[in-house]
Amino acid sequence: MSTEKNLIKFTKKGIYCPQGNFYLDPWYPVDFAIISHGHADHARWGMKHYLCTDDSKAILQHRLGVDINIESLPYNKAISVNGVKVSFHPAGHVIGSAQIRLEYKGYVVVFTGDYKTQPDFITKPFESIKCNTFITESTFGLPIYHWKKEATLQQDLHHWVKTNQSNNRTSVFLGYSLGKAQRLMSLLEGCDAIYVHRAIHNLNQAISGSGIQLPETQLWSVDLDKKTLQNKIIIAPPAILGSRMLKRVPNPATAICSGWMQIRGNRRWQAVDAGFAVSDHADWNGLIDAVKASEAEQVYVTHGSQAVFSKYLNEIGIKANELITEYGDEALAKAEIKENKVDV
Amino acid sequence: MKLFSDLISAIEITNKTNAKIEALVNYFKIAPNKDKLWLIALFTGKRPSRPVKTTLMRQWCMELTQLPEWLFLESYSTVGDLGETMALLLPEPHHNLDLSLHEWMTELKALKPKTEDEKKTFVLEAWSGLDQQERLIFNKLIGGSFRIGVSKKTLVNALAKLTNIDANQLMHSIIGNWDVDSIAFEELINGSHINYDNSKPYPFCLAYALEKELPELGEPKDWIVEQKWDGIRGQIVKRNNEIYIWSRGEELVTKQFPELVEAMSNFKDDFVIDGEILAMKDNDVLLFNDLQKRLNRKNVTKKLLEDVPVGFKAYDILEYNGNDIREVPFAQRRERLESIFNSVALPNHIKLSFIVDFTKWEELHAIRDNSRTINSEGLMLKQKKSPYHTGRKKGDWWKWKVDPLTIDAVMIYAQKGSGRRSSKYTDYTFAVKKDDALVTVAKAYSGLTDKEITEISQWVNKNAIEKFGPVRTVKPELVFEIAFEGIALSNRHKSGVALRFPRISRWRKDKPVEEIDTIETVKQLITAP
Repeated sequence: MSTEKNLIKFTKKGIYCPQGNFYLDPWYPVDFAIISHGHADHARWGMKHYLCTDDSKAILQHRLGVDINIESLPYNKAISVNGVKVSFHPAGHVIGSAQIRLEYKGYVVVFTGDYKTQPDFITKPFESIKCNTFITESTFGLPIYHWKKEATLQQDLHHWVKTNQSNNRTSVFLGYSLGKAQRLMSLLEGCDAIYVHRAIHNLNQAISGSGIQLPETQLWSVDLDKKTLQNKIIIAPPAILGSRMLKRVPNPATAICSGWMQIRGNRRWQAVDAGFAVSDHADWNGLIDAVKASEAEQVYVTHGSQAVFSKYLNEIGIKANELITEYGDEALAKAEIKENKVDV
Repeated sequence: MKLFSDLISAIEITNKTNAKIEALVNYFKIAPNKDKLWLIALFTGKRPSRPVKTTLMRQWCMELTQLPEWLFLESYSTVGDLGETMALLLPEPHHNLDLSLHEWMTELKALKPKTEDEKKTFVLEAWSGLDQQERLIFNKLIGGSFRIGVSKKTLVNALAKLTNIDANQLMHSIIGNWDVDSIAFEELINGSHINYDNSKPYPFCLAYALEKELPELGEPKDWIVEQKWDGIRGQIVKRNNEIYIWSRGEELVTKQFPELVEAMSNFKDDFVIDGEILAMKDNDVLLFNDLQKRLNRKNVTKKLLEDVPVGFKAYDILEYNGNDIREVPFAQRRERLESIFNSVALPNHIKLSFIVDFTKWEELHAIRDNSRTINSEGLMLKQKKSPYHTGRKKGDWWKWKVDPLTIDAVMIYAQKGSGRRSSKYTDYTFAVKKDDALVTVAKAYSGLTDKEITEISQWVNKNAIEKFGPVRTVKPELVFEIAFEGIALSNRHKSGVALRFPRISRWRKDKPVEEIDTIETVKQLITAP
């Protein structure tokens, strides 16, 4: 117990490891930040030194600037930082995403960042790791969230595109540039030609540049002939809803792709034509399985339904506490889109 | 049920009425006739009574999912709809039941008298044989509303598009007396069970808001001025000893107002009159909030009739003993209306809308400002020569409403909405200062844009004091301007005042919470009309 207290501390700047003198996904500038993945609420500006996975490196440089001081590691390879053993393990969330494992004097802490336990066609599948302390997200920590299998989702999306095509409509999928966009590309590959928004296109180029293979897509640019796009597939960030750019699409049918779409009220909130529950986070069973598989004696629950999920874990005999962090900030997620608001 | 399930999905995702109508027309083109009848029955309140209690369904769902009750309730408060919550919580189906809508409805009707165990077996069997969307629909078929924005009017417009039959006639047909088991779809829409000649209404004549100075209207002597009553516009059709009441939304609402039907049978003549349906007690007009208690009720109980009696103030006459007199000048129509009303002894709740006596335009300002004291919304100005127009025409009729009252109040509770609004905090409670504390003055749901609601919801998520349950107490920080139509002293309210029709007029991001109104300044509005 005392070892754990020495290993991580919850501070105003973020989750801190005093022994190693580094932070995990800090929300204020620090000297040394270990980053789980490239989303803006986890990988922020202003750190003097970044450590991330090899697969995340190009993404961080693309988003935070090529001049940041950054080093990277392959998955499952440990290094020592001031005597603390640090390694990255696949989280199944987005390309490059990792759980961060810390070990010191035989005591192990795992910080999941964001994760998804169900395998998909493009991200390295989640690996569960045994540990003493498990810090888990809880974005979808309610038993109403159960995701469909990837193959079923694929069928649903293809079916929607085909139906749109028979009605002479162009299918527009909306999802964040990092993660959801590449996931949708993998789900829609082979269905028809895929056009992506410039924000996604630029990110894809950065990812491909680091040697990761992505499905084939084309840039959706302003000068494209309307006829070329007719009945095809477009993937774009949600911010284009209501934009002039979207008005140039011939007869568009729009779909929001997000775990929140599981609930009818959410599907109906925005004036779109469809909502698909495609999520990059673990569903209820995924969260519980991950917690159980970790065999941790202490669980900390971060952003999402932390109150509900930690209460439930305690009821089923797993010691859990809420942890208030600044992850999962929707405003920040939106800011990320604004940054990429090219052509909108 | 695939067909019906697809229809519901298509309707619920869109907020465009035309798209809903399109989906309904497509359904009517391909669905079996018996399914169509059931669809009409379900969306016009003609559903059989609930065969299984909600509490039992909840209990079975918790048993199946092994979830503690608090977690079930937490899920419910996130989803905002019980049938949907259960559909989402239940495990994946392990077989596939494929029954059509009318087959399900027939089974559900037969279920009603059965024992609890038999009901349980039936429901569990259905749950394990339907996918998530179908399960939701199954739960809704047992009881509960779809909340997908299909009004009787939408349904009727779809049927009219499909069949080219007059929409008002269809409205009468589907509202009329019919039973799924003893009528064919064709018979229903052709109206074989009704006599439309007796119920046919006219399109309402509507007014624009006054947009000029009174003297610009010409001579006061050319105008008739009335109070603008705040109820629901209604057309009463009396022909061949039958009486029908149509609302402005072109819905037939006869059954909701038995006291009006009864009173109308006092008249000897046949006619179509236009007027306002109002909650009235001892000659006084009550608040619109009171009238709301009487609207869209399936059963009008004796208690409700006593608690909220309804009356009618007549404005105009459109047809007299079979003759369409809409082209006759308003002044003459009004005389005809008066002579009919003076020809028989009438109960207190049936009245002519009185005419405001004035000779100079200036006099009207004070009268309008005083409207609130008699629960009127302002004045109606009608050109004496005007015909009864079809729809909204500029120039002959003007409405001149009183400006709403406003106060600045702070949000103290937020609650999630329902239907489309179930994912966001949309229902708020507001307070003003009372000494050093806050006191609740109003609840309001409307007036903000979707974007503002989204922003407030995020703020509520971050600033809520409770972690569980549907209502969130928030830090008193967000200030809003609340508009309302009237204010009265009230013993039932902790603040001592009741606001009439409160709504949010704007979000005062510029205003700190220290500058909100006090209960004293709010009470001062009572005397100032």
